[in-house]
Amino acid sequence: MSKVKEGLFYAKSHEWVEYTDDIVAIGLSDYAQEELGDVVFVNLPEIGEKISVGEAFCDVESVKAVSDIISPVAGEVVEINDELADNPEMLNKDCYSSWICKMGKITAEGNLMDAKTYEKFLAEQK
Amino acid sequence: MQLIFEKSREGISQSILPVCDVAKYQFAPQLQRQTAPRLPQVSENELSRHYSQLARRSFGVNSGFYPLGSCTMKYNPKIDEEMAALSGFTAIHPLQPPRTVQGCMQVLELTGKLLCEICGMDDMTFQPSAGAHGEFTGMMMIKAYHRLRGDLGRTKIIVPDSAHGTNPASAAMNGFSIVNVPSAADGCVDIEALKSVLGDDVAGLMLTNPNTMGLFDKNILQITRLVHDAGGLNYYDGANLNAIMGVVRPGDMGFDLIHLNLHKTFATPHGGGGPGSGPVGCKKFLADFLPAPVLYHTCCALDFAAPPQSIGKVRAFWGNFLVIVKALTYLLTLGGEGVKQAAQNAVLNANYFKSLLEDDYDLAVPGICMHEFVLSLERLKKETGVTALDIAKGLLDCGVHPPTIYFPLIVHEALMIEPTETESPETMDEAAVCFKKLYKLAYKDPASLHNSPQTTPIRRPDEVAAARNLRLRYRF
Repeated sequence: MSKVKEGLFYAKSHEWVEYTDDIVAIGLSDYAQEELGDVVFVNLPEIGEKISVGEAFCDVESVKAVSDIISPVAGEVVEINDELADNPEMLNKDCYSSWICKMGKITAEGNLMDAKTYEKFLAEQK
Repeated sequence: MQLIFEKSREGISQSILPVCDVAKYQFAPQLQRQTAPRLPQVSENELSRHYSQLARRSFGVNSGFYPLGSCTMKYNPKIDEEMAALSGFTAIHPLQPPRTVQGCMQVLELTGKLLCEICGMDDMTFQPSAGAHGEFTGMMMIKAYHRLRGDLGRTKIIVPDSAHGTNPASAAMNGFSIVNVPSAADGCVDIEALKSVLGDDVAGLMLTNPNTMGLFDKNILQITRLVHDAGGLNYYDGANLNAIMGVVRPGDMGFDLIHLNLHKTFATPHGGGGPGSGPVGCKKFLADFLPAPVLYHTCCALDFAAPPQSIGKVRAFWGNFLVIVKALTYLLTLGGEGVKQAAQNAVLNANYFKSLLEDDYDLAVPGICMHEFVLSLERLKKETGVTALDIAKGLLDCGVHPPTIYFPLIVHEALMIEPTETESPETMDEAAVCFKKLYKLAYKDPASLHNSPQTTPIRRPDEVAAARNLRLRYRF
């Protein structure tokens, strides 16, 4: 059973979102990293990039495939997790601490679920 | 096993070049190298053993059943190799004057004519080296077409979510942005989703039909008409042509351009066995954009020329010529009826093999398939922990090459299976026994499957380490 962390919000495409003041951190859920398999490369966005809801802002390569990561919010990239460039396996090992990027100047957000709703959503997936 | 570099010993030399029968040419001193290149030094005996050992460690179409979905690993008839080895085809040079290679040019012309007939197209280039190169060429032509008409706002290419990964890549390499359209529950393109993204910013659609689920899109005429009505062009990815050749033609389905994979559909070696060939066919109104050069008739011979609006060269000379010779041999051996029969048998075989497996394994989409079908091992994984990868590795112990795994991406734990027309019912019966045995083993002893294969020279390579620590060069 995939772990779902309380306090985060989740998109249907299995990204998590964490709100801290007006900054939003984005990462991949446990379900997403499990489905991807071992991640071998993360193509990070660039700082300053403006991203809209539903836009593919990053892609991750696993031994199975290359997959787009879809942005759950609209805003501007203010920080990227450089560590992932050298240690892409962090997305597998500790998906809820391994944020991909942080966004500011949030102008819109997609449909996000709280942990309980996401858990239910995952159960229906099976 | 030692690498050829590790086997090398200083001073072991051999002469493999034939005696030079033309006058020696001396390069200017500044063009001459000062030291000989460092190459492995082994005897002919060792060399021969080295490559025989490598061949034994690999799995090819000649080793056993090879149902690798989407790759059309059919048997490559040996007569194709015989024809391609004729000295009239091999002892030529691409810079020879056209009048001295008229026979080879006739091969290009005849093969183009036959393939255009099969695809319902009017003209063809043989330059592209393989499928994705063909896609790239086709996208360049679409771009050139819109640009010449001054229609510069068409920046989007529509690609269904079941497409091969090369499709969006080829379009993106040409500067297009990609719009994904999802598949509907029946595995075909979602028409309403397609309608919602069509507009005057759409340059074209890239579609594989039958698609990667092994399904012929029942709405194909509506799809291509919608794209045409919006001013876009329709590009046909010929990866799965084996299911329909001689039966229906992409040109009649409303497609304007197509690439073929001669190395798949027309039985030339691939997957490490030989270079590919990805000719691009088009309708008459696009012929002026074809890569240069194309063939044309003078009063009494064939010659090469650049079409007026040509996108230029996409490769040196005339493509992988000997692959074209093999494909022509294949076509002439089969004949018109034979081509059709090959497609029909490919579909029959896929459905036969599917019927053998569907009692145990879950189909991604139920019903009749075309040349291939997709299983989903999601339930098996949930119940036993055995994944698509484990079953694939287990098949190696049965002497069967694994199917394509984890593709298409829209199916979880996918196994994509394409037996091709060149396998007998007996071969498929035997393979089905293996598939069923592994299915039972997954419930009885899943650990043994996590450890398979047990009998191959190379067990389970560490794919993660290989991808994370790439070492592409041996420091000799």
